[in-house]
Amino acid sequence: MSKRKHLANFSLTTQLFALVVAMFGFGFALVPLYDVFCQLLGIGGKTAAQATAVVEAPDLSREIVVEFVTTVNEGAPWEFRAEVAEMRVHPGKLYQATFFARNLTGQPLVGQAVPSVAPGQVAKYFRKTECFCFEQQSFFANEGRDMPVVFILDPEIPRHIDRITLSYTFFAIENLAGTVTGNPPGI
Amino acid sequence: MGPEYEATADQYQADDHDHHGAPSGIKRWLFSTNHKDIGTMYLVFSLLMFFVGGTMIMIVRAELFQPGLQFVDPAFFNQMTTMHGLVMVFGAIMPAFVGLANWMIPMMVGAPDMALPRMNNWSFWLLPVGFTFLVATLFMPGGAPAAGWTMYPPLVLQTGDAFPFLVFAVHILGASSIMGAINIIVTIMNMRAPKMTLLKMPLFVWTWFITAFLLLAAMPVFAGAVTMLLFDQYFGTHFFNAAGGGDPVMFQHIFWFFGHPEVYIMILPAFGIVSEIIPTFARKPLFGYNSMVYATASIAVLSFIVWAHHMFTVGMPLAAELFFMFSTMLIAVPTGVKVFNWIATMWRGSMTFETPMLFSLAFVFLFTIGGFSGLMLAITPVDFQYHDTYFVVAHFHYVLVPGSLFGIMAGVYYWLPKWTGHVVDEKLAKTHFWLSAIFVNITFFPQHFLGLAGMPRRIPDYSTQFADFNMMSSLGAFGFGLSQLLFVYIVYRTVKGGEKASSEVWDNPKGLEWTVPSPAPHHTFETAPELR
Ligand code: HEM
Ligand SMILES: [Cu+2]
Repeated sequence: MSKRKHLANFSLTTQLFALVVAMFGFGFALVPLYDVFCQLLGIGGKTAAQATAVVEAPDLSREIVVEFVTTVNEGAPWEFRAEVAEMRVHPGKLYQATFFARNLTGQPLVGQAVPSVAPGQVAKYFRKTECFCFEQQSFFANEGRDMPVVFILDPEIPRHIDRITLSYTFFAIENLAGTVTGNPPGI
Repeated sequence: MGPEYEATADQYQADDHDHHGAPSGIKRWLFSTNHKDIGTMYLVFSLLMFFVGGTMIMIVRAELFQPGLQFVDPAFFNQMTTMHGLVMVFGAIMPAFVGLANWMIPMMVGAPDMALPRMNNWSFWLLPVGFTFLVATLFMPGGAPAAGWTMYPPLVLQTGDAFPFLVFAVHILGASSIMGAINIIVTIMNMRAPKMTLLKMPLFVWTWFITAFLLLAAMPVFAGAVTMLLFDQYFGTHFFNAAGGGDPVMFQHIFWFFGHPEVYIMILPAFGIVSEIIPTFARKPLFGYNSMVYATASIAVLSFIVWAHHMFTVGMPLAAELFFMFSTMLIAVPTGVKVFNWIATMWRGSMTFETPMLFSLAFVFLFTIGGFSGLMLAITPVDFQYHDTYFVVAHFHYVLVPGSLFGIMAGVYYWLPKWTGHVVDEKLAKTHFWLSAIFVNITFFPQHFLGLAGMPRRIPDYSTQFADFNMMSSLGAFGFGLSQLLFVYIVYRTVKGGEKASSEVWDNPKGLEWTVPSPAPHHTFETAPELR
């Protein structure tokens, strides 16, 4: 093979390897990209992970049903339920819903609730000023307690929406306790 | 139009002294940098893996022969389905195509060898290493991976000691195919004979060229996904762990961003092979050469925007469901162009039905059935019923077995005389074809009905109304498996001896590979051929 050909092969090979490295990076970049994408389009059903400031401006002409669904992640030793199955709410008004969780073990446990809203598009209209899901919850052995969520529906919420489901999944996170230090997870 | 060649390379005929011929013994293979030897190794390895993966699925089909649990426990059943998928995809189909590329691409473009012969050696020898990792998992505490070839978390994180080996095996196999792909691109870009412009390249070269880019774009993403799994398992990250703020569905998005291009990686080279074979036996140039190239390229591009058709049921918003439904259906357009072109090539041709042609015809016909079931699955609302049932299994086996695998078989029968210098025994080969073609349908056609009736995939037991079709499918599978022993025998016989093949082998086939003697000498086109 001639020297020129060698050089051409070398340079093309290098470029192709660079493409491979870039695509490897792109794979990882997909993780934040999907999140950004979902946030921009308001899809995916993820609510804000921090409290949002809100102003009340009740729209008494509309009533929306908010259903509460609770799930305990498979095998996690919790009792976890909503106090009421659903509430009728007016957009633009603050409401409080109460959830109850109990540690079913004889040891202290740390739990984390992960919220999700359906239909996904309404997640951005679902504002929480207070939520037990913003932080990890520590429980003493066998402790059970009530945990509040204070929420408001943005009056801008599309008119055809008359029913929303707020779902929480409760995880036991003993294996994460060492790595997560009380910060709310970046949901 | 299409490419035209002139048979000029009579430089071999009189004194084929093969000045630095093949070294002898094990060293010939271990240190080989010869594209033909490496191609042979790929093909032999792939054949071996075909039987390893085949044995695994025989266990699955034996268990599914009747309802109830007969032979294996459910955990082992799941290991078998998972390993079957991994071995067939990464061990049988992909290496077979790389083997064919190694053998044929340099000869088809008039190059003396692959552009990067030493990397070629390395890409091959990584394969046995990767598969040693993978197959070794069968003997580890907790058994082999059992969460399906798609490796969804959190289930896959319950794999026992095998888990890191699974991840590293994927890394190694990925590295091997990436290096193979780079080699193919560099060869095609830099090593073509003078005057072989891009739009004169044979279609097998074109389809592989595009496939290689798919590999470079998709494989690293897959490597990243399994790396994230590894990190989640051992280093406390939560890419896919909801409790830590991650999302298991995210894995599916990343996996299928790789996974859908991967299915095209497994079919495009087969498109290329039948596009070589059909013109030869229809004795007409390929209809619509340019449109074939453009169709292949559009399939490749589109394959990156359809991935979520594998995830219609995860709860995506309506807009996304619609987007992925329509983009998926869009792929049927260039695919239809190809099928049309193959049929138009045969139109009014003087066709003969030698074994490579039979496999190609079965390919066109049966792959199209798989394409149609794919279209059904692409309809979001009905996919809610079909998803994760045997209908999906039937779909992808129609595109992969009479699709990819028959494409490979067609290619092997077409070029085997060129490789070995011996004509294939047509009677035996046709027997192999008919056995394969009949049994593949007995195996997979009933699976459509099972899926439509609601039988879920990846479950070792089923309710009794599914019994008849399952028994039929199992019998078909045993028959298909046994028929492949005949294939091994035919290949072995042809390597060992038989009627001498001429350099053209068939009736006036087109392409540079037919201008060199049969068997192709160890070194071909050391001086570039003259193209008309
Ligand atoms: C006309 C073109 C095609 C269409 C429209 C199509 C569509 C689909 C859809 C919608 C699914 C998901 C079904 C579900 O899980 O519910 C699927 C699955 C699958 N397809 Fe295709 N497909 C096409 C061609 C191909 C080809 C050419 C191959 C490979 C050679 C292929 C291989 C697969 C595989 C392996 C799966 C199942 C993956 C798994 O879940 O394990 N498909 N296809
Ligand atoms: Cu797909």
